[in-house]
Amino acid sequence: MSDMTANGPQLATESPRFDFHVVEDEHAHEHHETGTMLGFWLYLMSDCLLFGILFAVHAVLGQNYAAGPSPADLFEIELILVSTFMLLFSSITYGFAMIAMQQGSKVGTQAWLAVTGVFGLAFLGLSIYEFEHLWHIGATPMASAFLSSFWLLVGTHGLHVAAGAIWLVVLLAQVQIHGLTHENKRRIACLSLFWHFLDLIWIAVFSFVYLTGVLL
Amino acid sequence: MSDQAHGSLKSYGIGFALSVVLTLIPFGLVLGGALEDNVGWAIAIIFLFGGAQIMVHVYYFLHVTLGAEDGWQAMSLAFTGMLLVIILAGSIWVMFHLEENMMPAHELIERVEQLP
Repeated sequence: MSDMTANGPQLATESPRFDFHVVEDEHAHEHHETGTMLGFWLYLMSDCLLFGILFAVHAVLGQNYAAGPSPADLFEIELILVSTFMLLFSSITYGFAMIAMQQGSKVGTQAWLAVTGVFGLAFLGLSIYEFEHLWHIGATPMASAFLSSFWLLVGTHGLHVAAGAIWLVVLLAQVQIHGLTHENKRRIACLSLFWHFLDLIWIAVFSFVYLTGVLL
Repeated sequence: MSDQAHGSLKSYGIGFALSVVLTLIPFGLVLGGALEDNVGWAIAIIFLFGGAQIMVHVYYFLHVTLGAEDGWQAMSLAFTGMLLVIILAGSIWVMFHLEENMMPAHELIERVEQLP
């Protein structure tokens, strides 16, 4: 902490703008190399509990249609299959970004991260299209308990993907400006966990909400 | 962090191939209309493949191993899994019984009348 306050004015004289890139002192990550990664992993586990509760809510309320539409009336499974593959492709391209990062290729990392972002945006676009369509035909969260929990669960997942996409853009800028520094590598590794975790949650969403939903 | 922690081209490839297969089978089952008259089995298969794909993602994409982070990663995952089982099974169990007992009176009376 004392280092950070000592560095503050020094940094300010080096560059007049604040560029949101916190440089850690070399001493710290010799001893706590994996501290941030484990901390981020624990955050993901708490996020997993949040989704678990939303799944429990959907399990309890998912069949209370209140004389409104049921999953079989609403869901287009072909569209969900395309969404699923958008996320799956983005997972494998993020893997390629990690491999390019290991090989120290800045351009390769950026290119694969950008491809991942495009697939992520494709997924978000399909989600927004689906939600807009549902809203338009009157299947709003207010229509039934089933639709309330559906919008809450799938919406929360969508918001996570949107947050991941924003984080991805920020990291692309950081890598462009500062290169593949130790800090940026760790940040890319954290987003990798986040991104793959969201794909994992989506597996539960399409299995439980969509595929099981249309069968019941 | 070792290279092992980030995975290799081969491990990502295996994970991706398994995921594609494990995604296509349950979707094919629902889209193709197979097992339409046996919904219980269809749902069991969907859950089985979903669970398998989650395992694949945890191992090949999230790179969780028993040794990573001195075991804390696998330990926290197992603990989270335990909490999820309690939350999900507990909620479904309790709410199912609550719904049974909150049944509209006429249905309850019918059921009592049909008791042996």
